[in-house]
Amino acid sequence: MITTQATQSAIVHNYLRPKKSFPNVWCAGCGNGIVMGALIRAIDSLGLDKNKVVVVSGIGCSSRMPVYLDFNTLHTTHGRALAFGTGVKLAKPELKVIVITGDGDALAIGGNHFIHACRRNIDITTILINNKIYGMTGGQFAPTTPGGSFATTAPYGNYEKQFDAVKLAIGAGASYVSRGTVYHVQPLERLIAGAISKRGFALVDVISNCHTYYGRFNKEGDAVAMINDIKKQAVSVKAAENMSPEKLKGKFLTGLIHEHDATEFCEEYQKLVDRLSGKER
Amino acid sequence: MNNNGKKVLLQGNEACLHGALYAGVEFFAGYPITPSTEIAEGMAREMPKKGGKFIQMEDEIGSIAAVVGASNAGCKSMTATSGPGYSLMVENIGYAYMTETPCVIINVQRGGPSTGLPTKISQSDTMQARWGPHGDYTAITVAPSTVEGCFVEVVRAFNLAERFRTPVTVLADEVLGHMREMMRVPEPGELEVIHRNKPDVPSEWYRHFEITPSLVSPMASFGEGYRYNITGLTHDQDGFPTAKSQEIKDKLDKLQKKIMRYSDEIFKIRTDKMEDAHIAVISYGTVSRSVLQAIKMARERRIKVGAIQLLTIWPFADSKIREMLKNVKRVIVAELNMGQLVREVERVASRHTEVLPLNRYDGEVMTPQQILDRIREAVKS
Repeated sequence: MITTQATQSAIVHNYLRPKKSFPNVWCAGCGNGIVMGALIRAIDSLGLDKNKVVVVSGIGCSSRMPVYLDFNTLHTTHGRALAFGTGVKLAKPELKVIVITGDGDALAIGGNHFIHACRRNIDITTILINNKIYGMTGGQFAPTTPGGSFATTAPYGNYEKQFDAVKLAIGAGASYVSRGTVYHVQPLERLIAGAISKRGFALVDVISNCHTYYGRFNKEGDAVAMINDIKKQAVSVKAAENMSPEKLKGKFLTGLIHEHDATEFCEEYQKLVDRLSGKER
Repeated sequence: MNNNGKKVLLQGNEACLHGALYAGVEFFAGYPITPSTEIAEGMAREMPKKGGKFIQMEDEIGSIAAVVGASNAGCKSMTATSGPGYSLMVENIGYAYMTETPCVIINVQRGGPSTGLPTKISQSDTMQARWGPHGDYTAITVAPSTVEGCFVEVVRAFNLAERFRTPVTVLADEVLGHMREMMRVPEPGELEVIHRNKPDVPSEWYRHFEITPSLVSPMASFGEGYRYNITGLTHDQDGFPTAKSQEIKDKLDKLQKKIMRYSDEIFKIRTDKMEDAHIAVISYGTVSRSVLQAIKMARERRIKVGAIQLLTIWPFADSKIREMLKNVKRVIVAELNMGQLVREVERVASRHTEVLPLNRYDGEVMTPQQILDRIREAVKS
């Protein structure tokens, strides 16, 4: 898909709220805006009805995204976006539910809802913007902060182990599990579109930059330097097939990492309703 | 079950279930907890039969979150729990107050704090129902005392929730939840059933939190073409976060005034033999049953005592209680806790009325004899 800058701008403006004044709350150079653009273009490419899209988020920098978006938007409590989204989806399965969350929101305080949403395979697309730190509260370590990294609550270096959101989602039963980055924007768009199209629980783990805290504390430079590092560390699933474990050290996989077909929660519930009311064929 | 108009033997929890179905509940999310589990079990059985939605969530936090999500998607929604579960729900109940989301939470009380007494009665969540979530808001709480009352009060809770766009707590207790007694199931149409007001303006005119003359904003649902924002952050009338002092104050005033302006329609108080009473006993829930018996026993002893039963606990009926206590010299506040409602009565009683607490918190019901003894002490003092 080739679009000019002018048409891209037109697309984006179709999906932003004119009444909601910019600038946004994010730091200059933050990856959140890149993900928001990719999400908008993915939704546009699918031709979804804006009235039927519900964007749900929790608490954190990334979770401030819905307020700018011209859909039905629900900015909820810390960690609970998937539980709120589960209620919306089960109540009205015809709605497309997209959850925007961060690594602390989804994997720490919201970890329980995350694994159970995967397990139910409920038709929700989760875009997890993963910047390896708590940004909104000023740079505390998260369940994704690498060992040895510095954060305000890890002043001597982080000595905890990390969650891999992709492995967690696969283990818990999600039917579409992918990883993108804020450098690889067009692949990210395609992954998001694929996730939204998938019937069942779909995850896009988006590796992003927090230069304001993570980059500063760990001497990884500004936004450009951090995004360049993300580019260097990312290896597509295809390229990784021909790489030795030594070569893959310090890298992470990107692309569609896992996909399978499984029954979807709301459809199973509807089957039960039909069976009990005698509508079943 | 189609027993409309008939007399049936039901458990309190079952009556809560059937009251909710009568009120048109469309969505239930819950998590197993004694002594409320029968409500979830009944919902699992009944909801799919009528095309409603049931989900057992991974915890109580998720349960109330799903309820709030479903309500905003347009469903009459509820959950049921007990003290420990209510404690877990508290943050998202606060979210429901802030986002003006109608929903019903049944708390079948057991002893606490903590895991406490899963199978024993208590009324120690009285204050939690009012002050559970942090921040300023006004809560509505209703409290039945009979199995039939469970049915009727759950219907009323839904009506209040839908009318005022607010969460409503139903405070039952372990004995009431598990007790069986005969009740008459109302016919369809016999009890009023209220649905939330929907907007009648085009989407570009719609404001999800509009401060209307009635103070209660009409409520569009997700998917109906009104694309608005909902946030737990303090917000303006369009639902966008605000830090402007005037908008902050307007929002909090609205949360309080949209309920307090109509408090006379929300209060529900049942009295017995108060006409000539020098002594009154105030109570709610299961305790009120023992109070009625104690009053009878005391009247046989020519003691002029009457009963005031609160079916609406919150908002507390300040002016009504003050009026009822005008000629009362002593008021006994009988409750199954270490003294919660008594603080409210102390606050509203005039200096001519002595307020006497009567508390039991050993997991047992309050007996009529215990109340009678307190009445007789009050006579002597």
